Amino acid sequence: MQVTFWGTRGSLPTALNGKAVRRKLVNALVKGAGHGLDTREKAEAFCETGLSFAESGTYGGNTSCVQIDFGGSEEILCDLGSGAREFSLAALGRHGPGRPRTYHVLLSHVHWDHIMGFPFFVPAFIPGNTIRLYSCHTRLEEAIRGQNHEPCFPVEFAALAATIEFVTLEPGVPYEIAGARVTGRTQFHGNDSYGYRIEKDGKTVVYTTDAEHKLEDQAAMESAADFLRDADLVIFDSMYSLADALSVKEDWGHSSNVHGVELCQMAGAKRLCLFHHEPVYDDDRIDGLLAETIRLEEITRTGVPLRVDAAYDGLVIDL
Amino acid sequence: MKSVERQLEGLVLVTVEGRVDLSTADAFRVALTAAQDRQAGALVVDLSAVDYISSAGLRSLMIVFKAGKAVAKPFAVACPSPLLREIFTISRMHMVFPIFHTLREAIETLAPGALSAFEAA
Repeated sequence: MQVTFWGTRGSLPTALNGKAVRRKLVNALVKGAGHGLDTREKAEAFCETGLSFAESGTYGGNTSCVQIDFGGSEEILCDLGSGAREFSLAALGRHGPGRPRTYHVLLSHVHWDHIMGFPFFVPAFIPGNTIRLYSCHTRLEEAIRGQNHEPCFPVEFAALAATIEFVTLEPGVPYEIAGARVTGRTQFHGNDSYGYRIEKDGKTVVYTTDAEHKLEDQAAMESAADFLRDADLVIFDSMYSLADALSVKEDWGHSSNVHGVELCQMAGAKRLCLFHHEPVYDDDRIDGLLAETIRLEEITRTGVPLRVDAAYDGLVIDL
Repeated sequence: MKSVERQLEGLVLVTVEGRVDLSTADAFRVALTAAQDRQAGALVVDLSAVDYISSAGLRSLMIVFKAGKAVAKPFAVACPSPLLREIFTISRMHMVFPIFHTLREAIETLAPGALSAFEAA
């Protein structure tokens, strides 16, 4: 099973601007001075070992879209944020535009940042393709059709050449989708959202974004941990700090890195991937968040180590 | 988790011992709230004997801090271990309420009138 992140930012696409690029460039040039970086190979090696991730790259700014590839031609896409456009172009490059395919897409909910990539989802414009959209959210079809409609978008839903199907899932009921077992769970978020546990060939990925975990409800916390039980990878909404999630942003429907570590520890999960990054965070801030989360896991560990990553656009995790 | 309350002039000191986690956070909150209700002045929570605090325990502190703020009762925690200090920093709770290295510092800042009684005991 291979997981590819095409969009990892929360709420709003976030472009890296020229000022930020210049700052990275100046910093890299200063750090690289005296290292004899007179070939591309030496410069590449220095970027790998001499610079932090934030100094040499970027976490990216596309909104939620994650591909879970089961090998062969079977895959599931989670959410259609702005990252879906890049996914769709890569998929056409990989499979060829003339070869009809079925795209299986799970939607956590229908807030704008999770569906905004659909109007630019190129396979939807190609006859012969089937786009099958699954969600426990009962208003998915209304939201998708409404988005491809004037005055919001010039291409009407009815003009899309592919066959678009909507499948409503029941939370707690396992379904077979693209050869995997998929189970949804209702999450606390404005207008509801749903997490998905995806299992195939002995590997488990849990995609749980846009979810606020209420610490006062022990039963709900234990139920949330059960949903993550023994997962190989948990893709987790860590948009806020814990202090913000408990105060000024309480009931805004998101969680923190602290929630993520605790729930994964309770669940015996193997790997936590911080996801749905706050749009005001720059790369240095997300680097810092990752370092702090790794440290939190170390000082609170009671069982086997939990590996912690921060998702970035382009990250590929093999399980 | 155990707690002991000590009322002073203008301040109540609650000393907590053990782990504050999902299973004990509610009892922790109830103990702090009761102490705060019995005192017109400040609340200081002595964490020197707390070896771990989870997000649920931090939430309890947040609730008590907010309740005190609403009625102008100052709130602080004191003497967290280095591990607890890290948890306060990572969770950003250190930006919400004051955290003192010593009880003396906390009392001197929040209710200086209580200092002599505290030191006499």
